[in-house]
Amino acid sequence: MAAGLVRREWSSVELTEAALKRIARLDRSLNCFITLDADKALADARRADQALAMDRATPLTGIPLAHKDIFCIEGWRTTCASRMLADFVAPYTATAVARLQEAGTVTLGKLNMDEFAMGSSTETSFFGHTANPWALDRTPGGSSGGSAACVAAGLTAAATGTDTGGSIRQPAAFCGVTGLKPTYGRVSRYGMIAFASSLDQAGVLAGSVEDAALVLACMAGLDPSDATSSEHRDPWLEAVPRAGVGTLADGPLTVGLAKEFFKAIVAGGERIDEVRRTLERLGFRCLDLSLPHIAAAMPAYYVIAGAEASTNLSRYDGVRFGHRCAAPQSLADLYERSRGEGFGAEVKRRILTGTYALSAGYFDAYYLRAQKIRRLIAQDFAEAFKQADLLLAPTAPGTAFRRGQLTDDPVAMYQQDACTIPVNLAGLPALSLPCGLADGLPVGAQLIANHFDEERLLKTGAALQQATDWHERRPNLGWAEAA
Amino acid sequence: MAAVEIKIDHLARLAAMQLREDERPGALRDLKRIIEMVDRMRAVDVEGVSPLAHPLDAAVRLRPDEVTETVDREHYQGCAPVAADGASAGAGGRAVRDGLYIVPRAVE
Repeated sequence: MAAGLVRREWSSVELTEAALKRIARLDRSLNCFITLDADKALADARRADQALAMDRATPLTGIPLAHKDIFCIEGWRTTCASRMLADFVAPYTATAVARLQEAGTVTLGKLNMDEFAMGSSTETSFFGHTANPWALDRTPGGSSGGSAACVAAGLTAAATGTDTGGSIRQPAAFCGVTGLKPTYGRVSRYGMIAFASSLDQAGVLAGSVEDAALVLACMAGLDPSDATSSEHRDPWLEAVPRAGVGTLADGPLTVGLAKEFFKAIVAGGERIDEVRRTLERLGFRCLDLSLPHIAAAMPAYYVIAGAEASTNLSRYDGVRFGHRCAAPQSLADLYERSRGEGFGAEVKRRILTGTYALSAGYFDAYYLRAQKIRRLIAQDFAEAFKQADLLLAPTAPGTAFRRGQLTDDPVAMYQQDACTIPVNLAGLPALSLPCGLADGLPVGAQLIANHFDEERLLKTGAALQQATDWHERRPNLGWAEAA
Repeated sequence: MAAVEIKIDHLARLAAMQLREDERPGALRDLKRIIEMVDRMRAVDVEGVSPLAHPLDAAVRLRPDEVTETVDREHYQGCAPVAADGASAGAGGRAVRDGLYIVPRAVE
């Protein structure tokens, strides 16, 4: 796409118009977009075409993108898929998006997600569910389900997402696209609506590792506006826009397979075995190992994420922004009804879980214990990375489940993140790669690397994608003709 | 495992978040399931383990104590909630007046 722009085979305006046309045809059935703004997008595209004409382009100039509706963009409605923010127009722009805009990308619109990123199916959105383009009765996963479905249906080449417990990787797996969750701190969280601040990380969903790397290179880096963004410099990542991801140079790598991850599998296990065999064919050494405390990751995560969410979401009080109830009788009434009306059921569950864990008499038994387990899990990974350079695991226990299948059982829904949550607790980078189909639905393989080792993570992902065509499979969109 | 005892009304009050009558039974049932799942943590021996609050175990970076930006009050109050009743509304129907956010009287 970018090469065609530089060679003047097409203009950014043409690309943007084509994307808008495709969205108009497909998104009635998918519901990827919460907000779409053709006028703003075409204005971006005209600016990009001018930059291209004056040879002031970056590799991303003129490429239409869409952003998860968790990123504030000045002048754009930014809802976080909640009634609470249904009419909120952001007064500033998130750093990750600002960097993509400065690089000349076109913003088509804002993508659907689970409300406040809490969910694994994009069913908790106030703006209705998003459908999976592979099978409309299936969920696209979540919480970045709008982003995953958008890329899978070819509406954009890439889309931003965020990952607190698997919210980039699990939907990427369900929709058969590449999903990258960078190291915690790699990408600024400024302007990204907070869910659980010690776990949240922005990333990207794209059609390939090369495309994901290009977007990451643009988004990443120190931001004075986010005190937790890392000072880590990465010459390899900075060179990606010129040189691409590149190939591994430092001899055969060892890939560890932790048996605990494989216990969670209910479907698609044979596809992960195939990834292992492919890696071995490519010269990687595969090694079975153990992460003994992983079973405790899910309970610890729901305490930590709930506690951080209940704190972060206390800002929605009906006073300064967001939903305000009608005719409040007192200040307490204003808080309680504005929050009661503004938040959906899953957000309330998380807030109540966090409030319970932080309430008097329970702090040590829940929050403190969860943080100790977090240390044990981080240590498990540190031990594993003494034996292996990367880890291979399933991204999700199975393939995309049917809409409504898990909505009555929150704990069964939480199990969806069993293989992704440990990575967030330890702050590691991870990649979900399409690795073929099981019963006609995509399966995702997860590669996990040590802190700030996106280089070997993405080079290994790129090597797999050069050796296979799994990432090139796209859903049959026959339903669009039928609609 | 001991049965989980949850006072849902007390929690809702602590969270300053109203639960409607018809929401309460479901919220209580779900929260019980979640806390039972979370209680699996008790099986882990955490004796002598120090808690990990931040994934990179990093110290928070400080910056020089200098004014680097100023807040444009009008710009940021442009996204104040719309006062649904209209009675307390300032410009544009928003619950701000003279640079102040308007809330029900809290001190008599």
